[in-house]
Amino acid sequence: MELLLHTILLIPVLGFLGSLLIPEIKENAISRWTFGLVGLNLLLLMAFVVLWVWQGAVNIDIKDWVLYQSTGYVFFIDFFFDHVTATFGLVGGMLTFLITVYSRYYLHRETGYKRFFNTVWFFYLGYNLVVFSGNLETLFVGWEILGISSFLLISFYRDRYLPVKNAVRVFSIYRIGDVGLIMAMWLMHHLWHENITFSRLLDQSLVHEHITSHSLVGIAIALLILLSAYAKSAQFPFSSWLPRAMEGPTPSSAIFYGSLSVHLGVFLMLRTYPFLEFQLTARVIMGVLGVITAFIATNIARVQSSVKSQIAYASIAQIGLIFTEISLGWLNLALFHFTGNAFLRTYQLLVSPSVVSYLIREQLYQFKQQPHSRIHWLPKAWMNSLYILSVKEFNLEKLNFYLFWSPMKRAGRALRFLKAKHITLFFVPVALIAFVDLIMQNLSGSNMPSVLSLPLAMMGLAMVLRSFAEKKDVFLSWWLVMLNHVFIAIAVAFNEHFTLEHVFLYLSGVVVFAAVGHLILGKVEKAEGGIHLKYFQGIVHNKQRWALMFLIAGLGLTGFPISPSFVGEDLIFSHIHENQWLLAVLVALSYIVDGLAVIRIYSRLFLGPYGKTHKEIAYRSS
Amino acid sequence: MKHVNVDSSIAKTLEEIRHFLPAQAPLKDFVHHNTLHAFQNKPFFEGLSEAQERFGYKTLLSLREFQEKFHRGEISPEALEQVIAKEKPEGERTQWLEKMMHPRPFVPSEPQIGRLRRVWMKDVHIDLDSMVHPSLFRVLCSYLDQGIAIWQFPEKNMGFLDAIRSIEENSFSSFFTTVEAKNWLFRKTSTLEDLLHRIVGDESLFHDYLTDQQFAHQGWSGIVANIEDNPLGLLDTRKISLHDIVYFELLLELDVLCMKLGVDFKPLSHHKNAIGINGKFQPSSPLEFELRILWQKAFEIMHYQSVLAGINQVKQHMTGHVEHDNQSEKPSYQAVFCIDDRECSLRRHLEMQLPSCDTFGTPGFFGVATYYQPEGSLFKTKLCPAPVTPKHLVKASGVKDKRKTDAHFHRQTHTLLPGFLIAQTLGMWSAIKLFFQIFKPTMSPATSTSLQHMHKHSVLTVAHEGKFEDGLQVGFTLPEMVGIVKSTLQSMGLTQHFSSLIYIVGHGSSSVNNPHFSAYDCGACCGRPGSVNARLFCAMANNPEVRKQLAIDGLTIPESTVFVGALHDTSRDEIVYYEQDHLPSSHQELHIHFDKSMDIALKNNALERSRRFVLIPKKQPKTSILQQVKLRSVSLFEPRPELNHATNSLCIIGSRKLTKGLFLDRRSFLNSYNAASDSTGDILYGIIKAAAPVCGGINLEYFFSRVDNQKLGAGSKLPHNVMGLVGVANGIDGDLRPGLPSQMIEVHDPLRLLMIVEQTPAIIEQVIHRDAATYEWFKNEWINLVSCCPISGKYYEFTAGEFVELSLQSESFAQKPFEPLMFVEETDNLPIQMIH
Repeated sequence: MELLLHTILLIPVLGFLGSLLIPEIKENAISRWTFGLVGLNLLLLMAFVVLWVWQGAVNIDIKDWVLYQSTGYVFFIDFFFDHVTATFGLVGGMLTFLITVYSRYYLHRETGYKRFFNTVWFFYLGYNLVVFSGNLETLFVGWEILGISSFLLISFYRDRYLPVKNAVRVFSIYRIGDVGLIMAMWLMHHLWHENITFSRLLDQSLVHEHITSHSLVGIAIALLILLSAYAKSAQFPFSSWLPRAMEGPTPSSAIFYGSLSVHLGVFLMLRTYPFLEFQLTARVIMGVLGVITAFIATNIARVQSSVKSQIAYASIAQIGLIFTEISLGWLNLALFHFTGNAFLRTYQLLVSPSVVSYLIREQLYQFKQQPHSRIHWLPKAWMNSLYILSVKEFNLEKLNFYLFWSPMKRAGRALRFLKAKHITLFFVPVALIAFVDLIMQNLSGSNMPSVLSLPLAMMGLAMVLRSFAEKKDVFLSWWLVMLNHVFIAIAVAFNEHFTLEHVFLYLSGVVVFAAVGHLILGKVEKAEGGIHLKYFQGIVHNKQRWALMFLIAGLGLTGFPISPSFVGEDLIFSHIHENQWLLAVLVALSYIVDGLAVIRIYSRLFLGPYGKTHKEIAYRSS
Repeated sequence: MKHVNVDSSIAKTLEEIRHFLPAQAPLKDFVHHNTLHAFQNKPFFEGLSEAQERFGYKTLLSLREFQEKFHRGEISPEALEQVIAKEKPEGERTQWLEKMMHPRPFVPSEPQIGRLRRVWMKDVHIDLDSMVHPSLFRVLCSYLDQGIAIWQFPEKNMGFLDAIRSIEENSFSSFFTTVEAKNWLFRKTSTLEDLLHRIVGDESLFHDYLTDQQFAHQGWSGIVANIEDNPLGLLDTRKISLHDIVYFELLLELDVLCMKLGVDFKPLSHHKNAIGINGKFQPSSPLEFELRILWQKAFEIMHYQSVLAGINQVKQHMTGHVEHDNQSEKPSYQAVFCIDDRECSLRRHLEMQLPSCDTFGTPGFFGVATYYQPEGSLFKTKLCPAPVTPKHLVKASGVKDKRKTDAHFHRQTHTLLPGFLIAQTLGMWSAIKLFFQIFKPTMSPATSTSLQHMHKHSVLTVAHEGKFEDGLQVGFTLPEMVGIVKSTLQSMGLTQHFSSLIYIVGHGSSSVNNPHFSAYDCGACCGRPGSVNARLFCAMANNPEVRKQLAIDGLTIPESTVFVGALHDTSRDEIVYYEQDHLPSSHQELHIHFDKSMDIALKNNALERSRRFVLIPKKQPKTSILQQVKLRSVSLFEPRPELNHATNSLCIIGSRKLTKGLFLDRRSFLNSYNAASDSTGDILYGIIKAAAPVCGGINLEYFFSRVDNQKLGAGSKLPHNVMGLVGVANGIDGDLRPGLPSQMIEVHDPLRLLMIVEQTPAIIEQVIHRDAATYEWFKNEWINLVSCCPISGKYYEFTAGEFVELSLQSESFAQKPFEPLMFVEETDNLPIQMIH
């Protein structure tokens, strides 16, 4: 059994890596490799499920792989299998298989054929990690992969302006979801004093006991998880990102935003439901938000005049209902509802181009001047208001902008007075002194948690906000991200005495990737004769390999699970005390903005229309 | 005084903008046209150069693309030398050749369009487009929507601005953020000019500002201008004008500017970058464009010469076989097809199966211009070339149309509670359906098939019985029928030697997941299949009264001759015959024989087409290849059900003898014409008047969609999203994308149409001069015209307003027997040559 499960988990890894190696021009090999292996994976999973049911459908938990261990801290990869995993796994496998077969023909001759399949593999890998995860840490690895693969798929047509812009926007919403998870993981550590697995959460008495003794922490965790789930599943108030994500080829929109990706919030809630079960407040909030989403999204869906946004909002409304079902404890209904909604929306998106001939033909025979509206009894002013509000998507896009994007921009702009010289002359020395002090303390064995950690963390946040607001100097922006990590590491190290090894683990990846990125930037600058961050420059047009390497370096710099910094981040968090909310928030914010700043550099430099070409360039508005 | 002036100059500006905007109609009536029609009053290359300067279009392939073609052998060194020898003085030729082969790098220059508007960005850091477009597009699309939204625009029957005023007046929410913008909206006395004064300031900038503004979203502006000109193009009509959307957009701009800069913001002309902006424009490198012109000419010469050489070869071959060319011999069958380039190969295959069958080409509405209304339909569909307005209506009855429905398109799936139930029931069915649609694609309600257009057994109201509807005459009177039959037969030179069976074959196409479906049907039937027209023509020509009258007029059709209507499905290569059961028993056997041969011809045609479909493996049994060609038309995942007019480059007007046995690689429109019976040129006039805009329009739409697929074409169709059933856009808040998607044009070579007319230069010249609009095509060389003189046997090229004799380069042809089906593994263009 375990071997089978491991094989199922390993195939996507193998598939992804293999797909990278096949040369670009071999369309056939790429697609066969993909749907062949996904198909195999699906078959094995089906066999596994049959076997599992036959053996009594007992939950399986495999503690797999200890990535890092030190006193009082273990970071391990854990897998878990129950009926929720089975459902999500099977639906995911089936849809991915069908879509890869579909795309084999659909994407024929499209520039980026290989890139598309690479990204789908990457997505599938992340999806499986999430679905099979046995603890929040493992889930988080998959969650991060999904975020990046989403970004890559939305910006699939990377030489146009809107896909790139929307990809960055969607990524920023995902990032908010990530922070919910990071903070939840942090609080979980403190609540359980261990890296808790989902299977242990099933122990009702254990959960109950912990929550009653820490009710505030309990509710905080629940709300943080809710935040993640709501961001990922495009629920209120995040909904408006989903239709904007429909920029890639239709099958990718169908599988990502019609079905799998957008339902992962549902998965997260089902997975952590045992934890929520006893927290009435959290359940009420969840249920109410679900209903609000359903109401708003339905209204928006009713006025949509483009076929994909109509399907997107209709799907969001159903997911709102699913969340409400979970909050009421109707888990199996939710699971069933998910399955139906996922299949339905995928199919609807896939046949969406047919809507023209179908509806025109329908109209030829049964045209009605004004379709009957169910709320026609409302006063006209109300109707008009609701109509306008729905066309404007209840101002959700604006709300998101003002809530999340604009404060960050404003903060960054306020910090623009910090010039490169201030940073080299003040902040770098501060960091150095603090660092040396840290080593001295450590050597002398003196144990004095310092009040300095908050100011240091603030400086760290300032660094990355400044990086985010930089318009000209790419190198400055890049190194500021790195500087942020240094400040955070020092701040936390000042907070609690712990072995320097943790700091080194954290910084090791960051430093290496920062250096690699710097080298690439240098080369690009030389080749292009000047780079900046004012607008999208589309350098990937003639520097594909560098763009890819820079993306990897960037991911490394943000602590993506390819770098030891990933474990380091989690580790650093475990050194923040449960009552140090401010510090935790500062560090968490740093992580959000880190990711955004790096993705911003990447997209401004490498994505978008490339000006210096004789090739045709699309309009900005198209 | 001044006031009046400015107002009329704004009206003039709007007219000018309308002239340059894309003229594409809503999706259901996709009709091909010259994308750069606005520049057609200039010589071809001059117009292209201007379009590039002003609007930043890429109007010819880039130097690099030409060089690639050169290295692949698609442009020969000889062709290059020929062009340079023709265009450049003796001493400079080697220099020019050097420049073409090794051009120094050119920096692309900024087009004129958009410069003024960028001042907002430069001077006040407001990205006006990105703040205004999403609202503008959304409101516009909601208003124009033809039936996607469940809740449609309130007051949609009012004009656009009035509708907005009406709902804004009576609402607690608003499309605008500031009170200022709302006040402007309600102040009915304020004009466009007032708004421009407030936003732009200086009157001298109005023209450029409006042009910049509208061309930042030419897709939406274009569709609005089109609907304004042709409101009946929509089933659910709307009253909208370019003026209205300009006004609304200016209000949205005002809203943003007030919000960002305060109500007393300075107008654009007061900002420093706007001052003297008109003087700052620098045109791009003329040398670079000149090099591209030379390349283009070489590219065209190479193709044209091989075609003319091929035709010449056929001619020589024919003179050697005079005995075969016996005029008095009656052919076994005659089959009339549309001039469409997709029928070019089918005709060849049919002739190979039935060597005694004569084929003809004429525009696929067969002279029958009418509206059509099937039983139960609420609307009338136009079935004739786009510029013609029919006066007749034909109704179909007898068979109720049974439309199959698909719940996946149903509105209820998008609502909350019904959606809840549907997701849990239909949702599961979707999975199974998807599985079968991927592994075993079949016809579904989503498919748009050519047969839907008219039920095979429906009864058409051919004859007029005194009824009129909406000002249209139902059916045709006897003299009208006689006139139609006579002129159509005369126009293609089919006036004697009638065989027992004459087939009139219309065409249509089946596809799925294809918003551009109507671009695949017959262009001469306004983007509909030609089945109704074919049946109508046959009914008229078979009418004994009509025959009697025709005989009096000198056109005697023997009693034994029967016309049979048919429809050829170009994506599936299938044919349906109409009323073949009513054939006299004497003809039944003949028909069966024809049907069998046609069946083989269709199969061979499908095989020949399959060579362009890379994903179909060619090393498998023929039946399996054919099966896969057919499946394309019903496969959801197939963005290329067929390649439509791709690779078209020729239009040959003349007798079939000119091209019989010549492999034209499906690149030619073929219009039958008998020069001998047209000494006045009247018949030719009728043909050219229609063929120039239709074939030229198709050709140039493919041309420009191919050279600039982003700005003049629709880009890849894979991310397309259907907007309000009127157009497609990328994503949900993009501009509409007129033009052709990349999947339709990727194999196309951008070559201007070469129109070869089998008639003396004198008559042709006299004919094309008759109509100014037609003459423009040839005078300005948007179509290249060659006369193939039936008397002298020489060729004349129409350049700079006159015919000049052409000397043909003798082309060396492969001596090996050429058989098109041997080349199914070849995906590129094949040489034009004779089939031995």
